[in-house]
Amino acid sequence: MSENNSKGKICVIIGASQAGVTCAFALRSEGWEGEIILYDSDPMLPYYRPPLSKAILTKTENIEENTLKPLSLYETENISLRLGSKVDYINREKSSIELQDGHSQTYDKLVLAIGSRPIIPGIKGINEAKNIYTLRTAEDAGQISRALDSCVKKRVLIIGGGYVGLETAASLHKIGAKVTVLERESRVLARVTAPEMSQYFEDLHSENGVHIITNKNVISFEPQPDYTKIICDDGTLYNADIIIIGVGVFVNKELAENAALEVDNGIKVNEYTQTSDPDIYAVGDCTNHFNPHYKKHIRLESIQNANDQAKVCASSICGNPQAYNTLPWFWSDQFDVKLQMVGLYKGYNEIIVRHENGEKHKFSVWYFNGDTLLAVDAVNNTKAYVMGTKFIKGANKVNKRNLIDPSIDFKPANLLANNV
Amino acid sequence: MAQITFVTKNKEEKVLEGTSGSLMKLATQNGVKGIEGECGGVCSCATCHVHVPEEHQAKTGEASEIENDLLELSDNVQDNSRLCCQLQITEDLDGLVVHVAN
Repeated sequence: MSENNSKGKICVIIGASQAGVTCAFALRSEGWEGEIILYDSDPMLPYYRPPLSKAILTKTENIEENTLKPLSLYETENISLRLGSKVDYINREKSSIELQDGHSQTYDKLVLAIGSRPIIPGIKGINEAKNIYTLRTAEDAGQISRALDSCVKKRVLIIGGGYVGLETAASLHKIGAKVTVLERESRVLARVTAPEMSQYFEDLHSENGVHIITNKNVISFEPQPDYTKIICDDGTLYNADIIIIGVGVFVNKELAENAALEVDNGIKVNEYTQTSDPDIYAVGDCTNHFNPHYKKHIRLESIQNANDQAKVCASSICGNPQAYNTLPWFWSDQFDVKLQMVGLYKGYNEIIVRHENGEKHKFSVWYFNGDTLLAVDAVNNTKAYVMGTKFIKGANKVNKRNLIDPSIDFKPANLLANNV
Repeated sequence: MAQITFVTKNKEEKVLEGTSGSLMKLATQNGVKGIEGECGGVCSCATCHVHVPEEHQAKTGEASEIENDLLELSDNVQDNSRLCCQLQITEDLDGLVVHVAN
């Protein structure tokens, strides 16, 4: 590590989820010798969120198996955990954070890893409806499980057909719920993928017994003694015992905004994850950052971005700055389907769907802008995901004619344009 | 109960005991350097790469197709590379030694 004179200094991290915890441990491995104090309003030992909508909900794993690090490791690395502690505001003049309980804590470096929270739409009756949940925290997952356990009819209605909504639908169906998903747009995953993929996932859910209905805009909830009526703007009506809202997230930007940091669709950071105040950094879901691969400012809700920005942040704080330059990747597991995605598909003008020998549940979708490969979505097809990753990183040209032809062996030599 | 030894890049040996779950979880829960398990063990990220010495390969068996494909995204891939999220702890693994690849 370079000279960082960190002895006696204090790095405060607000938010102890993926980005915050990764950053804390990375600070130690980069050589930060001063204090590290991690705050989070969630009282639970920091845990891994992706299984919340999958293995935790189906009860194949419990939250204790999904802690990010055991408590002993925080102790060994001398990282102070202040859980169940809410930060009210940042006082930049005093370089301190002020806590809801009246305490304050000074910092030399401050990291905002404050993430996002589920959007609660202003639907009539939403505050009166019973058994209505979002899914963001371990507590949320626990509440959904308990509600389902104590419910006889197990009619679950999910509002929003994004990844959280669809994963939750698949998981709850697996454990015996009767699941309906209502999507406001004309297709599921409308905000995050192409129509071809939306269609595949709508079919997949239907085949497995999840009822997906698109173009449904919920306008009110009418609580009944032991269930809720859900009414859409076209007059259709659904009855459900449990309602789950999965319509996207809001960035937790208030702390940054109130501290007059630059905020625009997330907290603005440079390639070293520094905000408009050089002593304050931001990492993970809450940041608006520049992606050098796609040459644009983006905000990502992903584990990859949380981890990678956290490491960039730690090295910057320790005086060894490495610019953020990672290709985004994502995954989703629904039923027995593994979806792996690499790159950002937006801005494509051509799609090539490559099927493997007529296998319905094994294919890949390749997004191009002209000759430039932007992204690949791979369904049960890790080979496609891996090749896509390499081609995008290498800015390789792809032989589209070979790509689309399933009789041609699926290997790099056949797919690179200069090997025609 | 199986005793498993992780040897990290800087030759640090960590001897751990586990009864169930994956080798990746055992490693991350005990702070083995170089095992990250970013995807949580669903064979999506290639950040839990280990080398299995020849004498232990009978214990671990062979990598699946998905695992082999994904390994291509990691550095230091060798014939004896495995993603340890795909190795489930059973008593059969008792005495296993793996070398962290990165």
